[in-house]
Amino acid sequence: MSNFLFEIGCEEIPARMIDNASAELSRRVRELLIHERLADAVSLQEFSTPRRLAVIVSGVSQAQPDIEEQVMGPSLKVAYKDGRPAAPAVAFAGKVGLDLSKLEKVTTPKGDYLAAKIIRKGRPASEVLAELLPREIGAIYWPKNMYWRNTGERFVRPVRWLIAMLDDRVVPLAFAGIHASSKSRGHRILADRTVEITAALKFAETLCSVKVLDQSARRERIRKELDAAARSLSGARWREDKTLLDSVVNLTEFPSAILGNFDREFLELPEEVLVTVMRDHQKYFAVEDASGKLAPHFLAVLNTDGDPQGIIRHGHERVLRARFNDARFFWQTDQKVPLRERVELLKHVTFQKDLGSYYDKTLRVQRLCSWLSEIVRQSGMQIRPGVVHKAACLAKADLTTELVKEFTELQGIVGGLYARAQQLDPDLPENTRFAIADAIYDHYKPQSMQDSVPRTIEGAVLSVGDKADSIAGMFALGLQPTGSKDPFALRRQANGIVKIVAEWKLPLTITEIFKSTRAGYPGSDSEKTKTLTLLYSFMRERQEFYLREAKGFDYDTVRAVMASSADPDNIVETIARAEAVAAVRGSEDFKQISIAFKRIKNILSQVRDAGVDIGTDFDLPVMQEKEEKILAKETRRVSSQVEQLQKEGRYIDALTEISKLRPAVDSFFDKVMVMVEDAGLRKTRLALLAVLLKNFSTIADFSEIVTEGKESKESTKQ
Amino acid sequence: MNPSKSNPSTFQELILRLQSFWADRGCVLQQPYDVEVGAGTMAPETFLRVLGPQPYKVAYVQPSRRPADGRYGENPNRLYKHTQLQVILKPPPENVQEVYLQSLAATGIDLRQHDIKFEEDNWESPTLGAWGIGWQVMLDGLEVTQFTYFQQCGGVDLFPISAELTYGLERIAAFLQDKDSIYDIVWSRDPETNRITTYGDVRLVEEQQFSVYNFEVADVEKAWRHFELYESECRALLNKQAALLDKMHAPDGAGLTQFPLLPAYDLCLNCSHLFNILDARGAISVTERVGVIARVRTLAVGIAKAYVAQQHGEIPGETEAGPAVQKKSRPKQEKMSAMS
Repeated sequence: MSNFLFEIGCEEIPARMIDNASAELSRRVRELLIHERLADAVSLQEFSTPRRLAVIVSGVSQAQPDIEEQVMGPSLKVAYKDGRPAAPAVAFAGKVGLDLSKLEKVTTPKGDYLAAKIIRKGRPASEVLAELLPREIGAIYWPKNMYWRNTGERFVRPVRWLIAMLDDRVVPLAFAGIHASSKSRGHRILADRTVEITAALKFAETLCSVKVLDQSARRERIRKELDAAARSLSGARWREDKTLLDSVVNLTEFPSAILGNFDREFLELPEEVLVTVMRDHQKYFAVEDASGKLAPHFLAVLNTDGDPQGIIRHGHERVLRARFNDARFFWQTDQKVPLRERVELLKHVTFQKDLGSYYDKTLRVQRLCSWLSEIVRQSGMQIRPGVVHKAACLAKADLTTELVKEFTELQGIVGGLYARAQQLDPDLPENTRFAIADAIYDHYKPQSMQDSVPRTIEGAVLSVGDKADSIAGMFALGLQPTGSKDPFALRRQANGIVKIVAEWKLPLTITEIFKSTRAGYPGSDSEKTKTLTLLYSFMRERQEFYLREAKGFDYDTVRAVMASSADPDNIVETIARAEAVAAVRGSEDFKQISIAFKRIKNILSQVRDAGVDIGTDFDLPVMQEKEEKILAKETRRVSSQVEQLQKEGRYIDALTEISKLRPAVDSFFDKVMVMVEDAGLRKTRLALLAVLLKNFSTIADFSEIVTEGKESKESTKQ
Repeated sequence: MNPSKSNPSTFQELILRLQSFWADRGCVLQQPYDVEVGAGTMAPETFLRVLGPQPYKVAYVQPSRRPADGRYGENPNRLYKHTQLQVILKPPPENVQEVYLQSLAATGIDLRQHDIKFEEDNWESPTLGAWGIGWQVMLDGLEVTQFTYFQQCGGVDLFPISAELTYGLERIAAFLQDKDSIYDIVWSRDPETNRITTYGDVRLVEEQQFSVYNFEVADVEKAWRHFELYESECRALLNKQAALLDKMHAPDGAGLTQFPLLPAYDLCLNCSHLFNILDARGAISVTERVGVIARVRTLAVGIAKAYVAQQHGEIPGETEAGPAVQKKSRPKQEKMSAMS
């Protein structure tokens, strides 16, 4: 068994792409080795830095095993004449290179044939890899790639060296004019030279000697360095930031961290602004003091081994000072025109070329939000419609500020900060102003399924209104997402609506939200109806996605509640129903009831297909058997009980009551034949099943629940 | 310490060192282009020279005008007109990154004492129909150079590709001289009197006056008219060249090679600059913007195609998806999935 080393040396790969590419390369190498019978269980180690993707594999065979193959020859009828080999047999023996006596007879459905067993020699691993691996390099997926030679190979950046070694021998492969060798390269600055790898397993160790560390080692080193640097300040901590950490890990080959300072007077600027500048623009970690407040320091991760003279720190401090000065300049300039005067300026900011300006959008969102907050208020929830109204008016005004033009990721947040800092209206009490500011601040939330929803109900309603308006506008233009294409991130916005309504338990249904939203856009009635239909199904899809992905409900639970006769557009209720189904679906009674319902559904649909009349209600006096009478009475009793429980929102209790029908349902199917000759009797029995199905599908369509077992076979009995 | 390796003490010394570094690597030292451009990329020494098969190496300083970036000389980091040092290496040598780092060392930066990172940054100019792949080079957290492998220019796929290095000279000088304001950069020092001339001495008034002009005074209506005149002249030239190409089946005659395409490109640059002024003046609405950019782009793309035709005597084919060679040899993804 050999060890195999494969390294693609490359100019700096974008940090965001390294992890996926490294995983893909190791998958490709693994699959190639297994497919080519060069390894069974592959033990593989990835090694990635900005300048290289490598894999180290142990347990690779020196060569493919030989395989014995049977080669079919001519039919026996022609191969032999009078028991003696004829020309076809001789020719076949010659072709496979065997003596005539070594040929065998094989019986097939088509008759007897001459055949030969031959040994196919396995090829050496080196030869197979040299032939097939280059194709794998070229096949790695990159979000954006380039060409650099006239022969047109593509890769993320130019490939500059390759290592392919089985133990200590080079595998002679080539890609993009580069021939594999045993020479790697060290850190660009700290050890700018080639380095000989003497054996595949010596790779990591050798690279360490030229100041190149693997990803996990770099991550560990960065954490340690950040800890150490932060410790030099008493009580200080660096702010954990996974995305930022991932990014700096993949921007360095040999990292270290330094602590830098900035002038305390910048702390007058909002923390959000300071942190955004540090994190998004400079890739610095923020530092907080013991009370969790931002401290006038930052941590920068370097791609070198240290900064003994503080030269690098000085440089980073200079850059940050310039950035903060800019931010402060923007902040001060922006105060000259207060938010309320900026609303007018939105007339010159395009929202979408066919949907008008942000001013137009503001008016639409304001109208929509008034309507939504009225529904919320009437349901008895505490809400301040005046706050929503004013926040909706000012929400987009920050798009005209210098600060947002410079730091677009701070949209909404800047508006909130300015609303808090400015006097919006002389008569406005401070707490109202703060409530308006908070609603504006949060109205782009949640930005993802993980992000939190707006903190206040006013912010929640504003966020729903703003997103719904964008979605409805794009649908009105026929710009709904298709497949993987969603250029306006409408799915994310729709997910946001579902999440907000669910977590705030807002009494808003999808239909209520979108009916009036769509009305704000032009189009004939029939066009509006058409887009509304599309909108509803799009939103239901998003709701199912939320139930599955955010709430973790099983597929069939989600299908069951969405398929029930209850309103699927009532998000809050749908979640409560799903929770109830998830809670009771494990019980034996529930499983059996689900099976029975599936059976009932099948019977009824077959009967309907055959054109047989099913009554709307059953007729107790017509019934004959004890079992059907019991089931009929039970159905009546439990129906009204379930109706009451459901009204009270006690879905689990309702489902438990339904489950208790199981003995009655079971004995009905045991003892009673539904499809009898007597038309009257048949009709009332079918009606009983129909009523049962209808009355008890108001929480979930049980027939959608997947139960292990043999219910499908039974249900075909009828 | 070797004195030539110490920090250049002035802005002009920095320029001289970079120029001499690249001259030593075989670059033609060009002079700044004398029509207003927003970036060194727009000078014909880049925009046109990267087209076609001829190898070329050139370095030049290019004052780059961006009217909307003007700050009346009040912002210490932003300028209406900043200075780029532009290097085109066509084709790029295999060790282009290493040579680039040597050029930094030549300006007096001891790389061993600094933090250098190549961070993803892909460049794209919709106005020029050009894009490339590359990095922003970060020196102690400061972006000092835009490093781009050109892939397409004027809508034409490039063979060979070029590496474009764009140094931000004010930033590098401020870094080397440790100045917080661009205006405090020492531009020159008189060796006899030791008298210092600062960046502010040389350029502040220009920043102030052009900010006033671009933001407040420029006559919008006249600027539009200028734009349209330049545009129509440029278009007329392009049409004439197209007609010429049509007439000649084997177009190798003097009529084609001497056709005034370079003047057409100047006209296109004028349009681009006028667009920038109108934009700074707030005279272009967001909706209009896209349309005007497309008009300039049409000119730029037309000139690029015409330029290639002039070089080869034929019009390059549509090259949306990439070069034909590359299409043939691009590895097929299906191959692997069949294995799994």
